[in-house]
Amino acid sequence: MVSLKSAVLAEVLENREVAAGIRLLWLDAPAVCRAAAPGQFVHVRCAENLDPLLRRPLSIHAVERGKGRMALLYQVAGRGTALLAARRPGDRLDVLGPLGHGFTIPAPGRRMALVGGGIGAAPLFFLCQELAERDVSGYILAGARSREQLIVPSLPAAGPPDEWLAPGRFVRRAATDDGSAGHHGPVTDLLAPLLAGREVDAVYACGPRGMLQAVCALLKRYRVPGQVSLEERMGCGVGACLACACRTAGEDGRPSGYQRVCVEGPVFAADAVLWEDRI
Amino acid sequence: MSRPGLAVNVAGIRMKNPVTTASGTFGFGPEYAPYVDLNRLGAIVVKGTTLKPRAGNPPPRIVETPAGILNAIGLQNPGVEHFIAEALPYLRQFDLPVIVNIAGDTEDDYARLAARLERAPGVAGLEVNISCPNVHKGGLQFGVDPEAAAGVVRAVKAVTTRPVIVKLSPNVTSIVEIAEAAAAAGADALSMINTLLGMAIDIKHRRPFLANVTGGLSGPAVRPVAVRAVWQVYRAVKLPIIGMGGVVTAADALELIMAGATAVAVGTASFVNPRAAMDVIDGLEKFMTDNGVRDINELVGAAHGKDGK
Repeated sequence: MVSLKSAVLAEVLENREVAAGIRLLWLDAPAVCRAAAPGQFVHVRCAENLDPLLRRPLSIHAVERGKGRMALLYQVAGRGTALLAARRPGDRLDVLGPLGHGFTIPAPGRRMALVGGGIGAAPLFFLCQELAERDVSGYILAGARSREQLIVPSLPAAGPPDEWLAPGRFVRRAATDDGSAGHHGPVTDLLAPLLAGREVDAVYACGPRGMLQAVCALLKRYRVPGQVSLEERMGCGVGACLACACRTAGEDGRPSGYQRVCVEGPVFAADAVLWEDRI
Repeated sequence: MSRPGLAVNVAGIRMKNPVTTASGTFGFGPEYAPYVDLNRLGAIVVKGTTLKPRAGNPPPRIVETPAGILNAIGLQNPGVEHFIAEALPYLRQFDLPVIVNIAGDTEDDYARLAARLERAPGVAGLEVNISCPNVHKGGLQFGVDPEAAAGVVRAVKAVTTRPVIVKLSPNVTSIVEIAEAAAAAGADALSMINTLLGMAIDIKHRRPFLANVTGGLSGPAVRPVAVRAVWQVYRAVKLPIIGMGGVVTAADALELIMAGATAVAVGTASFVNPRAAMDVIDGLEKFMTDNGVRDINELVGAAHGKDGK
């Protein structure tokens, strides 16, 4: 008899606002931490009753395996996340995961650009934790509407301690739409010269759809490989309902149908994602 | 007292308990196998299957509504040949009746699907989907017209020896009329309800949430509609009923059973709790033990009292 997986009731350790409308939630979840890889998500039940009904997919922001603690970074955007914001230390949260297919851990010696937009930057911290012990260097590029929403690097409290970010091996740069921090303009303005100058071997990105689409266009133009983490409205989170569809191309570049963001994703090869099939 | 008897028989499909999965909510089985022992299910009803692979609708395909969801997947599936080659051998390793939900654009599609599955070992029954609201051809057009429904049922019955379960839509004026037509055409059982046609609008962007514009409503919000449909059809038609629509707990399942369902399907609830079907099975057994019910079949239609059938 194979032992079955199940959702866990994780104790809330901390749940506080770290930026405008953005909250950091630490959970005691040793089993999830042991299995988790960067780019994966957990499916969180926000309501105690049946309304709102569905779980919310939240990417894993940070993991302290030794302590069995896991952090989620989320934006209060609707009924589900508003209920999540009301959870207090000591409460129990129904968490299913880790789920999905995360980032490929780069080989030693690789030079990376990690690009995050807004709350989408959340999983990059976990990735940086995993890269801290490896000979991987490069750039962390963070974009947001304004300083208040900027997650990397102006809010070290929202992420792991600075040493996890392996300073010296990663250069951190910011961009804001309103110019209130870092470069005044989209984060892709920071990426383009790195690609043009052949300063990075690969790019990993997560953030809003428009930003990811722009990143993918740059990667195609400069012929640099990359991986992108997609967001899509999700049902089951385990691949059964086929709600979180992403149109993808096969190796020949031709459309190969829909893949599931919850199983084949959320992280896809940048050149596999087809962006046009969307209202 | 010995353990209560949970076994039921739906038109010759012997189920160890009355709980199955609603088509489209449980994939082909392996998706939930890490979370539940599939051997414990009374039966599995797999994702809607068509003759050729279907890509499905563009996203967004799902949106949440009060105590429910709207979906417009569009019958994405790898086609019947893939199902027979890949999914069916996997499912045959379990002690589990496999019910295949079939959908087509034409009467002939349904007949060809039934004929193809007739030659596939390990198919316990067919669920004829004449009620999918999210495809532009076929599906619902057969489910809202008694003559069209009867035509599909006759075409399938002509080529299969397997029990034929007809899945009915609530998007009709009289579900009894469709149920009677299906029964007269030779259906062996009925399942109800498929999703209710619905819609939600994203007021921020001033457009429908779903790329398909409309979708099928499911979840706890629709349960009273399902209970009503089962109640009405039970009184009018002498066929076993698989009841579905918003079942989350054993109490929900008991409502459908007492309305007249011989078996129940857990659907959307699996998205919230992967073990929902197991919890319903355990809850049914506890209810029976607590209330001195020896056989679940005693409860089928129990709410009709003496004026039932």
